[in-house]
Amino acid sequence: MKRTPVYGLMAEFDTPTALVEAARETYSAGYKKIDAYSPFPIEELGEAIGFHRNNVPLVVLLGGVLGGLSGYLMQYWISAISYPINVGGKPYHSWPAFIVVTFEMTILFAGISAVFGMLALNGLPMPYHPVFNVPRFAFATKDRFFLIIFSSDAKYDASGTRSFLEGLHPRSISEVPS
Amino acid sequence: MDQQTPTPVSGRRAPVIAPGHTFATVTDKISSIVLTRPTTNGWFIGFGVMFLLTMMLLYAMGYLFVKGIGIWGVNIPVGWGFAIVNFVWWIGIGHAGTLISAILLLLRQSWRNSINRFAEAMTLFAVAAAGIFPLLHVGRPWLAYWLFPYPNTMNYWPQFRSPLVWDVFAVSTYFTISLLFWFIGLIPDLATLRDRAENRWAQMIYGILAMGWRGSARHWARYESAYLLLAGLATPLVLSVHTVVSFDFAISIVPGWHTTIFPPYFVAGAIYSGFAMVLMLAIPIRKIYGLEDFITQRHLENSAKVMLATGLIVAYGYIVEAFMGWYGGNRYDAFLMWNRLHGPYRFFYYCLWACNIFIPQVLWIRKLRSRPLWLFLVSAVVLVGMWLERFIIVVVSLHRDFLTSSFGMYYPTRWDWMTYVGTIGMFLCAMFLFVRILPMISIFEMRTLLPEAEVKPE
Repeated sequence: MKRTPVYGLMAEFDTPTALVEAARETYSAGYKKIDAYSPFPIEELGEAIGFHRNNVPLVVLLGGVLGGLSGYLMQYWISAISYPINVGGKPYHSWPAFIVVTFEMTILFAGISAVFGMLALNGLPMPYHPVFNVPRFAFATKDRFFLIIFSSDAKYDASGTRSFLEGLHPRSISEVPS
Repeated sequence: MDQQTPTPVSGRRAPVIAPGHTFATVTDKISSIVLTRPTTNGWFIGFGVMFLLTMMLLYAMGYLFVKGIGIWGVNIPVGWGFAIVNFVWWIGIGHAGTLISAILLLLRQSWRNSINRFAEAMTLFAVAAAGIFPLLHVGRPWLAYWLFPYPNTMNYWPQFRSPLVWDVFAVSTYFTISLLFWFIGLIPDLATLRDRAENRWAQMIYGILAMGWRGSARHWARYESAYLLLAGLATPLVLSVHTVVSFDFAISIVPGWHTTIFPPYFVAGAIYSGFAMVLMLAIPIRKIYGLEDFITQRHLENSAKVMLATGLIVAYGYIVEAFMGWYGGNRYDAFLMWNRLHGPYRFFYYCLWACNIFIPQVLWIRKLRSRPLWLFLVSAVVLVGMWLERFIIVVVSLHRDFLTSSFGMYYPTRWDWMTYVGTIGMFLCAMFLFVRILPMISIFEMRTLLPEAEVKPE
């Protein structure tokens, strides 16, 4: 692919409502490689930019199952196979006593998978990202809302996309150098 | 909507966030505490005192490493003493943080958004303080890692039928999950601080910690589901932790410990003392940092109500204990109740009833609930009461159990007190650092509370 010096075009909005509307319009106008930035989570925004596949719950489920199984099997192996000792006449495989640690291990693994799975799927940590080249983008963590159309989008062309974004009445438009 | 209700006075419920705020003012107000507000002398003095207490803790610990736990008052018959009293007390305090951040999130109690951050920090520091005690109490603290199952040349493993081993897993999982929950909640706010900081070092440090967070809609979607799932995981976890702590007692056959009411009664007591600590921290913090707009009358009142409710569950626990002593027909249980009421520690048992059951009933009066100073004092009383509860459970049960020949008394030594007061110093020292270098209120969650955060349908 030809490397373009421009990463995309970014439009700035004042309110979450304006951003969601703009994102919906952009997506339905045929731009698929877009993203939106907001200072807090906006439920409608993911849908608006066409993001549907959220794999975090699956990762957490797998982590939890792995944690529970490894917790139980560890106790079984230790108490019944590797180091069998008689405690109060209880059977070596005294499963009711193993439930607490199994439960804690399930939560531990599921929780760790939730955090690190989310970070990995989001591609974080990411030391450099082109959107930060736009000075106004510092307000994306305060009170401004941004929409970007990536230059890799099939429909992207510098002037046409800019005039399309102008039609959405943003507060400002900036070119994002890559 | 509540948010528009103008004044907090009589009759109406106070708003969660004072009217007139915007995304920008919320951001500036909270981030400026960290970034631009000059560090006052008061902060330095407070931090300095707490730092000295932390040093005292290290001194007491160092001496213990040299001499062994014989420097404490523990001996047969009371082998558990202060170490376990303080451990249970601190772990219990931690519980309110998780309750606020996880359970109230699942219950959609949005008022929690302004107190969850520092309550989570409180949890972390309280669990860290709690962890010190069992670690020292094992006798040879440098071998404490033997508690974990790891392959070793001695070819031995932990004994998984023991509640003490369950506790190791419960508490270490609790600490890990609390840390992750706290950190994941901080990421978007660290990004805010990164973008607002003027100082090059601050930009770099907050930048590294924010890991390049840019608020993309895809990121937020995954973030929200991870956060919600973590809350869903932390909810049963927090209930399990104090349940397992109560198993340390309930699984044994000591009179006063061997009872099935312990798990719910411990969890309620934990939340009770935790909310007392939340109030004791929130009331001075909101005053000193001028955060009355965010930590409003509503938060204080709600916390007071939670205390009232959990306090009544605790009262129920006390009554059932007394009732079962009489009705159960077990002479040792009956003697335990007699000993609590008439034995050498009876004064503390009366104080316990006063601190945990009688005095907090003043919270029924709305006028008192809305006075921060009164709430502060009642919270202090509850914290003392909850400490006494653990003292009664641990010491009074152990010092006179089955055989009169093995009766004895327990007196804490100065090393016990130094270790205990030292952990309070360490806890507050960490809180001082926390309010100075990290946003103590979740900025991004406060933004979602504003009416303008709602996406209006066309």
